[in-house]
Formats: sequence, C-alpha cells, structure tokens
Amino acid sequence: MLSRIVRTVANQLVLFVLVFGLYLIMHGHDSPGGGFQGGAVVASGAVMLLVAFGSGQIIKWLTVRRLVTVACCGALVFIVLALGGTGTSFFHNFLLGTPVFGGVPTPGPGHGHVWSGGIIPLMEIAIGFTVMAGLSAVVLAMARFSGGEEIEE
Amino acid sequence: MDFLTTHAPALIVALPLLAAFAIPLVSRAGHSARSIFSLAVLGATASLVAILAVDVYSTGIRVYTFGATLPEMALPAGYTVPVRIMFQVDGMSMFMGIVITTVALAAMLYSLQFLKGQSGQPRFYSLMMLLYVGMMGLAFTGDMFNMFVFLELASIAGTGLAAYRTGMADAVEGGFKYIVISAVSALMVLFAIGLLYSQYNVLSIAALAHYMEYSMLDMMALGLLAGAFVMKLAGVPLHMWAPDTYTVAPAGTTPMILAASYTSMYALYRVTFTLYGGHIDTAAIGWIVIIVGVLSMFIGVMMAVHQTDIKRMMAYHAISQGGYMLLGVGVGLAVLADPVALASYGRDAINGGVFHIINHVFYKALLFMTAEAIFFRIGTRDTNKMGGLARNMKWTTLFYGIGALAISGIPPFNGFASKLLIYQTVLNFSPVLSAIAMFVSLVTLASFAKVFYAAFTGPEMPAYREVREVPRSMLIGMGILAACVVFFGLFPGLIVDTIVAPATEALINQTGYIDAVMGAVP
Amino acid sequence: MEQVLLNFPFVAAVLLMGIALYIIVFKRNLIKLVMGVAILSSAINLFLVSLGYRVGGVAPIYTDVPEGPMVLPVPQALTLTNIVIGVAVLALMLTLVVHIYRHTGDIDAEKSRILKG
Repeated sequence: MLSRIVRTVANQLVLFVLVFGLYLIMHGHDSPGGGFQGGAVVASGAVMLLVAFGSGQIIKWLTVRRLVTVACCGALVFIVLALGGTGTSFFHNFLLGTPVFGGVPTPGPGHGHVWSGGIIPLMEIAIGFTVMAGLSAVVLAMARFSGGEEIEE
Repeated sequence: MDFLTTHAPALIVALPLLAAFAIPLVSRAGHSARSIFSLAVLGATASLVAILAVDVYSTGIRVYTFGATLPEMALPAGYTVPVRIMFQVDGMSMFMGIVITTVALAAMLYSLQFLKGQSGQPRFYSLMMLLYVGMMGLAFTGDMFNMFVFLELASIAGTGLAAYRTGMADAVEGGFKYIVISAVSALMVLFAIGLLYSQYNVLSIAALAHYMEYSMLDMMALGLLAGAFVMKLAGVPLHMWAPDTYTVAPAGTTPMILAASYTSMYALYRVTFTLYGGHIDTAAIGWIVIIVGVLSMFIGVMMAVHQTDIKRMMAYHAISQGGYMLLGVGVGLAVLADPVALASYGRDAINGGVFHIINHVFYKALLFMTAEAIFFRIGTRDTNKMGGLARNMKWTTLFYGIGALAISGIPPFNGFASKLLIYQTVLNFSPVLSAIAMFVSLVTLASFAKVFYAAFTGPEMPAYREVREVPRSMLIGMGILAACVVFFGLFPGLIVDTIVAPATEALINQTGYIDAVMGAVP
Repeated sequence: MEQVLLNFPFVAAVLLMGIALYIIVFKRNLIKLVMGVAILSSAINLFLVSLGYRVGGVAPIYTDVPEGPMVLPVPQALTLTNIVIGVAVLALMLTLVVHIYRHTGDIDAEKSRILKG
C-alpha cells in the first residue's frame, strides 16, 4: 500500500480512466478505438488501483472469480450476437436497418454516427467487458501469485 | 436438417466456443453438470461433423463465407476478389476434421475420471474446447490470416493443457518450451503472410493461389511457412520440444496436442500443394520433405530405444511416425509434375501418407492413454520400476498390446495397411528409402516389446499388489480407439476409398480449390 | 544508401527480428527469452503497419477526414489482432516462468532444466 497522497489521487483518477475507456469502447466503429483498446485502458485503471492499494485490499471485492465470470459473460454475448444472424450466415449483420444501432453509414468522408453499424457496437461492448475483466484478472492473479498466495478457483 | 447442413462449418466452430465460455458458469451447478454439458456439446459437434462429412464427400468443396447474404457466395456483388473471411472445406480438411473429432471424443471420455480431485477443473474443460476449436478452425479455414489466428489459439490452449499440473516441476517446463516454440513459429507465419499480402493484396488462399507469380519474396514466404510448420509438427531438426511436452501433458491431453501437431502438418500440405501448387519445383520441395521425413523416422526411433520413461519413449516414437507421413506425401509431391509416375505410384504414396495420419493418431493416442493409466495407478513413469502389471490391469495390457502391434505394422491392425502402402510406393521411387522405413519399423517393434516385457509381464512386484484396473470412463475412451484401430486394420480398403482418396484428390487438384471460390474470374 | 533510407521501417523491422532471434537462441535467462519473444512480436507489428503506408496518406477513418490518399487499413487490423495475441502469449509465458522459479529456485535455462535426454 502506497502513501496517502497516492491513494487519494488514485481514487479520484480511476473515474476519469473508466470514462475514457468506456468512451473508446463506445466509439469504436467510427473513430479510433474499439473493444480491445477501451478494455485495456479500463484494465490499466484497475492496475493503478492495484498498485496504489496493494493486492491484499483489492482482492476483497475484486476477486478473480468475479472477473472470470464477467469475462465469460462478455464472450458469451459476443458469440450469441454472432449466432444471431445464422439464419442468413454466421456473423451476418442482422441489426442493420433496425431501430437498434441500425443506421447504415453512408460510404465516403463525413461525420461519424454513433448510432449506426448494426451488431458491431454491441460486439465492441461485449469485447470491452471481456478484455477489461480478462486483463484485470491476469494482473491480479500474477500479483497474488508472485506474493506467495495460491489462487482460489 | 437443411439448415444444419448449410451452416455446419460455422456451427462446428461456434458451438464448442460457446461451450468453452459457458463452462465456468455451468460449473457453479456442480461437477456432473459440467461433465454432462461438455460431453453433450462435443457429441452434438461430432454429429455436425458427420453431417458435414456426408455432404462434402457427396457434393464436393463447401465454401462458407462469414457475414454474407448467402453462405456460398464467396465473391460479394461487384467484386472480383473475395473480401470476407471464409471457411473452405474440401476432402483433406474433412479428413482432418474427422481425425480431430474422434480423438477429442476419446480424450474427453478419458479425462472425466482422471480429473477427480484436481483443482481448477473448469479451466481444463474450457481449454480442451478451445484447443478443439483452434484445430478445427485451422483445418477448415480458407484464409491465411485466419489460419494464423487459429494456430495461435490452438497453441495457447495446448500450453494451458500441457502445463496443467502446475504442482509438478517438469510440467511447467514442458509447457514453457511449447509456448516459446509455438509463438516463434506463429510469428514467422505472420511475417510470411505479410510478405504475401504486400504483393497480392488478398488474404484468401484460393485468391492467392490464383494470383501467385512466385517472385523472390514468394520464395522467402514459402521458406518461412515451411520452416514454421515443420517446427510445429516436430520434424527432426526442430523437434526438441516434442519429447518434453508430450511427456508432461496430463491424461487425455497428449492425444489432443498430438492432433494439433498433425493439423500443422495439414497446414504444411495446404501451403505446398494448394497455395504454391503450380509454381514450385515440386521435385526439389518434395525431396526436402522426404529428407525431413527420413531424418525424423531414423533419429526418432534411435532416441526412443534407450528411454526409461515410458511416455518419453512414446513421444520419440510419435516423432518417428510423423516421419512416415512426411515420407509418403513427400514422394507424392516429388512426382507431382510427372503424370505417369503420379498415376502409377504417386497417388498411392500420398494415400499412404495421409492414411498414416489417422492410423497413427489412433494408435498413438491409445498408447499414451495406457501410459497415463499406468501413471494414474502406480504414480511413476519409469519402466525400471514397473513390473508384473498384467495380472492386475488386464484391459490396459490388452490395449497396450493392440497399440504396440499396430505401431510396428503387424498385419491385422491399421498400422500395417498404411505402412504397406508407403513401403510399396516408396520402393518404386527409391529402394533405399523403403529399406530405411522397414528398418525403422523393426526397431519400433523392438522397443515396444522391451517395454512390454519390462512393465507388464514378469514376476509380480510386492509394491503393486493392490493396484486395480482404471475406472470405467477411462476404459471406454481407450476402447473406442482400440475398436477403431482394429476396424481400420480389418477393412483398410473401405477406409481408403471413403475418407483417404478424396483427401488425396483434394490435395492434388489445385484448380478445383481455386475455382470453388473465384468462379470464372480470369 | 538511398534505398536504405527510403525503406527504413522495413530495415528497422528486420534488424529487430535479428536481435530478437539472437536473444531467443543464445540467451539463457528465461526473462530475457520472454523479452526476446516480445521484441520479435513488436518487430512483426512494425513490419505489418509499415506495409500499408502510402506517401502523404492519412488515417483510414472516414469521420471528418482531411483530403488525400489513405493508408491501407487491412495491415492495421492484422497488427491489432497480433497485439492482442501477443498480450495473451506473454502473460502465459511470464506465469510459467514464475512457476519454474518457484519449483527450481533459478531462472537460468541450463540450471533449471529437469527434462533431459
């Protein structure tokens, strides 16, 4: 556990990191960003908390088991969305033209629309959750393991 | 039913992937829920593979484009090159699919009982499913970058399985060697893909084969791809990781990692026969494959003879038998440009090499499972400490005997059929190679007989008086493979006509593969 | 010399690959081996991204794009995928190195070797 200044600043900053990561995830389909990038940023926020507070404190509410559950749910949502278009073919974009994220983007230069792209923004959100939880779980597990404690399943 | 047949290639990959991520959630409900769930998913996938096999063997190459309005439409409207990721299932891919699925079923049945009392069991089943998805994707894909992604997926899942018993020091070392080799070889594959993309601007295998001009950069890409795949399949100059990794992998995972190596061999054949097919000097490349095969056969069996660890001996034999497959297909590749030789013995040589893949995976998986059964009961792999086990473990002894006779090429078992094909055809090509192959077979028989006498026959050792037979699910897993070994040995002609000949035809017929995607584009 | 300067990204990528292969083959410390694989992965990523470059090109995004040619987007997608795979592989390798250190107390590849022959 680091000093009081570091802990206070980390407490305040993690919200900004979370918002920035979620912004990257949401706008993945029309500006640089996306699921992996945003998820990695949020995971770096979790790593900041881990460094500031020490793994003994963090493990009390951010257990590896919960993170694995979130990661699995994210991946399941991704595959279910991909299977959703299987009437036509696997990974078919069945939400284009429907009210949910359905705007068809006009090809060519222009302003980007968040509310477009079909299943792609939803898949980005799912991947964002998976990567967030997955990378945080990896770092947390390695922190606990290097400190000498065993990982509970 | 029609829906299943149309979408089978995608569902075969999607269903186990779904299961791999659902298993940690399902395990909250208990051990038996998880076992039933994984067996059910694998059984459903196996029936989908059977449906797809019937369809591919009757109608020809199946193309499945992801995200298109019609799955068979490889070229989107108005395009002349394929831009979407696609799966292209021909005879050879279907053959590998059948091999992988059968081994996965047997391995899953075997592992059910083996894991009782181990920790982290949801991870084991998830990793098995991910390894299965990686191998099936590698076998079915028609796109080079997709091949790289599935290769990495199979490598990572295979490492997780190989190093599963983290409480044992040698397991983590074997796993570490596997991931380093896999990472380096996959990065070399990616470098070659970058070279190919920079020249032709397409990533799909059929389109690359169509536009291939074999410049200097393409030669470099071929060298990198061949080297990387030889590293992954444990061909001899680059085989150092295989004995360590095959020895330490637990329970039914060694057959799966073995299947991953032979799927890399399939990828090697896909690159040399289909991607570069009409342009390379097949005699030269064929001779290189033959030399790697002969070295693997010889050095593998020579290193195996003096091993005392039973699984390490079997791992060296796996390297040696891989040499047989490379020899058979290499002879076929060397005579590919010569139609007379191809018709008379080249096609049968490739038949022999490809048939040996499925035979070898079956009897080697059976042998590894018997070795793990012995380890499960008496806790050691050292043949110097074993003795007299035939009294207590009758079924295991029988399965080991079947496997040992099959690997040595003794008549009623399947090893004899494929080895005879290889001997006869290689004799036409070069008698020296055939003589080396027969000598290697003799030494194989000798080493397995030595271990049989040491471990199973002989006086009963007092330490092993209480040893019982292994649990029933393990016996069922071994029994499936033993039944396949005997069946393939009794009816080799049937198997060759149904499964192997379409695979050979698919390898030789490059233009069919290209036309299935590019249609009539000039 | 002209050619080397024009194709500098590719020269740099090949140099990095050479350094990485030297490290993987000749260094005995396991952590250095893992670093070698990381450098190899970065070298391949550099190679892939520099394949797509077009002179005077802008980022391949249509949102509020300035005038001019665009660089190729496909190598950037390949590179992203490779970065993600690289993260997973490196995490796995480092975990195994920690396990090896726990069992044998040493991270020298020669001294911590158990499987021989």
